[in-house]
Amino acid sequence: MTLVTEASPPRRPAGRGPGGARPRRVVDHGAWFLVLPALIPILVLSVGPLLYGILLAFTDAQSGRTEPTEWIGALNFRDLLHDTLFWESFRIGLVWAVGVTVPQFLLALGLALLLNQDLRLRWLARALAIIPWAMPEVVVGIMWRLVYNPDAGILNETLRDVGLGGGRDWLSGLATALPAVIVVGVWAGMPQTTVALLAGLQNTPRELHEAAAVDGASAWRRFRTVTWPALRPIALAITALNLIWNFNSFALVYVLTSGGPGGRTRLPMLFAYEEAFRYGQFGYAAAMGCVMVAVISIALAVFLAGRLRGGDDA
Amino acid sequence: MRTSRPARVGQYTALLAYLAFLALPFLWLVSTAFKPPRELGSLHPTWIPNDPTLANFRQAFDEQPLLHAALNSLLAALAAAVVAVLIATPMAYVVARRRTRLTKAVTGWVVVSQAFPFVLLIIPLFLVLKDLRMINSVPGLVLVYVVWALPFALWMLAGYVRAVPPELEEAAAVDGAGRVRTLVSVTAPLLAPGIVATALFAFITAWNEFFFALVLLKTPQKQTLPVVLTHFIGAEGVADLGPLAAAAFLATLPSLVVFAIIQRRITGGMLTGAVKS
Repeated sequence: MTLVTEASPPRRPAGRGPGGARPRRVVDHGAWFLVLPALIPILVLSVGPLLYGILLAFTDAQSGRTEPTEWIGALNFRDLLHDTLFWESFRIGLVWAVGVTVPQFLLALGLALLLNQDLRLRWLARALAIIPWAMPEVVVGIMWRLVYNPDAGILNETLRDVGLGGGRDWLSGLATALPAVIVVGVWAGMPQTTVALLAGLQNTPRELHEAAAVDGASAWRRFRTVTWPALRPIALAITALNLIWNFNSFALVYVLTSGGPGGRTRLPMLFAYEEAFRYGQFGYAAAMGCVMVAVISIALAVFLAGRLRGGDDA
Repeated sequence: MRTSRPARVGQYTALLAYLAFLALPFLWLVSTAFKPPRELGSLHPTWIPNDPTLANFRQAFDEQPLLHAALNSLLAALAAAVVAVLIATPMAYVVARRRTRLTKAVTGWVVVSQAFPFVLLIIPLFLVLKDLRMINSVPGLVLVYVVWALPFALWMLAGYVRAVPPELEEAAAVDGAGRVRTLVSVTAPLLAPGIVATALFAFITAWNEFFFALVLLKTPQKQTLPVVLTHFIGAEGVADLGPLAAAAFLATLPSLVVFAIIQRRITGGMLTGAVKS
């Protein structure tokens, strides 16, 4: 029993072509009635606030101020352009997002390939994968603080045991803080990525694999010519999502370092959170959010363009 | 396919390394939770407590309103899960069965909403909830959680609806069942496991959520478990390790149990949504 077969998605019935049998009788004029209960909250509490948030970015909105909020045009954005601290956090956000996503993808791919083999212990891997997946991010942060603890942590003790010194304060060292939190990010997101890739591997036609093996293709060659082409769409999708999610992440690093030491791990979301809810600069923080959305959208567009050029049909 | 012996050894070594990477931090958390203060202060910490104790758990409950926080979390997560699934299910049905401009827009929004940095959403919601005097209230948080849970609930549920063959519904229609009757007696029972899985998943994500709760809940009596956990870490980042570990361990247990139950269905539902749409 593998992770794959047990995690297999419900299948669409075969032989239902596009435009084929559609139960018009079941969904027709009642559709609006079915849609409204979800559509209204979405519009009122999600799309609405989002537009409001974008508007706020063009105002001097602050918390706890008595004068009325004024429209100040692009002033926030002009200030943001010169805010070196913000761009530093932006750079850190990019390093963090790539630094987590890439190793995580490679590790998850390795694990997925292993779990796709006929190995014992696969059940254990599945059981363990639940831990990072189900854990509250706050607890993940706390847990790794315990691991990294300079005196009572197991990391330094292990390093001492193997004679690599120790006593390092990983999370508060200027050079080690960002790599240390990146390791935690990799740990926390590995199961999802692994399971997604496993599902992709499941789509690889097994016969093709076997044929290639019979023809004497090396493992690497089989991976390149058979496995990867089948895996590519899901690999791209999960990578894009991971990059975005990681760029926007908050809780993990908030608990681990609160953005320290000296702002070395201050992700854009932490910066915006402080600006909004510690200093009360709502307009300015909203402008940061807008810049983040803009950059993410551009990145997504570039990514999708690349995907189209790659000729994927998914 | 035959795999050579050295390759097998390599595979198992790699697998064991992965398993250690996944398991060891968690084992360390558990170990720390059961250690008496003397061992926590030791310069040579051990994996297994020499003198295991439950004192950390008692101290954790003494130091912070953990029970109250757990109750708040439970309330917020339950309400959010039930409401989100109730309003998402009918829409998911339409989205899965029909391709109109509306359903395309909804699907697009589901995808795009994954890319929002939450500051852009929480600042206006904070202002609105303040006007409604719903800051520092669990119902206010539930409102935010419902909206936040809607995209993935729609996504998962639509996947489950697609897994129900439309032919079944047509057959019922041919047999003379009305629309409501078909939905209730044919579709709903087949959809029920998916609905439960989606609700449980929404529950877990709300139970684990931190950012919105941190922003919206101000007083310890109103705060949810993840927020209260951070109070164990002092202002200078100094923490009383034992109670911190004990409380963190307790906060994880419900998630682990529920997740272990629904994990298969979630991966199924999420992936159907992600891959097959």
